[in-house]
Amino acid sequence: MKVKISYKGTILIASLEGELDHHSAQYVRQKIDSELMKSSNRDMILDFSKVSFMDSSGIGVVIGRYKNIQKLSGKLIIINLNNQVRRIFEMSGLLKIIPVYDNLEDAIKNVKGNKNAAYK
Amino acid sequence: MQPINEMNLEFSSKSRNESFARVVAAAFVSQLDPTLEELADVKTAVSEAVTNAIIHGYENRDGLVKMNCKLYNNSVEITISDEGKGIENISLARQPMYTSRPDMERSGMGFTVMESFMDKIEVVSELGKGTKVTMFKTFKSIK
Repeated sequence: MKVKISYKGTILIASLEGELDHHSAQYVRQKIDSELMKSSNRDMILDFSKVSFMDSSGIGVVIGRYKNIQKLSGKLIIINLNNQVRRIFEMSGLLKIIPVYDNLEDAIKNVKGNKNAAYK
Repeated sequence: MQPINEMNLEFSSKSRNESFARVVAAAFVSQLDPTLEELADVKTAVSEAVTNAIIHGYENRDGLVKMNCKLYNNSVEITISDEGKGIENISLARQPMYTSRPDMERSGMGFTVMESFMDKIEVVSELGKGTKVTMFKTFKSIK
């Protein structure tokens, strides 16, 4: 599994590529957490468009990152879930607490929209 | 009922074998020509059972995980077994969101995923002896 890190303004975008299971989960955790620690950014978009397989270990990874970002008062958004991955997310109940979008543009708008609302 | 084909696989309890096991299971089951979604269901369920054997059965120590697959005309029966520590309370372990290892960021969804993606699962376990999970699935796309 690969994790590609990029930024859109101050938003950290982590694009996952490959199969997310218990074996690859540890690497994904370390890669994302170290990136969050070294930057002052608090908002993250997790891009699942290139995730070809995920089991419940992936849910553990997302819940862990969600908790970390909440502690920083940031926002986590997930984008581009395929059907297999979406079913596991639905089963876990995570979709009730983490927003999911079908593309990056809408996710970025959501993060920025919330920030503007918070500043008012 | 006699299976039309059967295979056995035995591998070390290493986490990199999770993908190996699910790909082997999917390749074997694909002989029946199920849909891609049905194959993904089998892959996911096998991945969950093998992960449980490695993390919980052997607690990341060395051991052997066994997989047996039996194919029938339009269905499959897959058994994943370990000779690890066993499950003390199976009904508790099967509850959604329950995990014995919250320290490992586990979601506690493993058995729930197996139950949802397969038609039926049976769990037999004995403390100190090991655990055997048998999963059944009929492929509705195959008449």
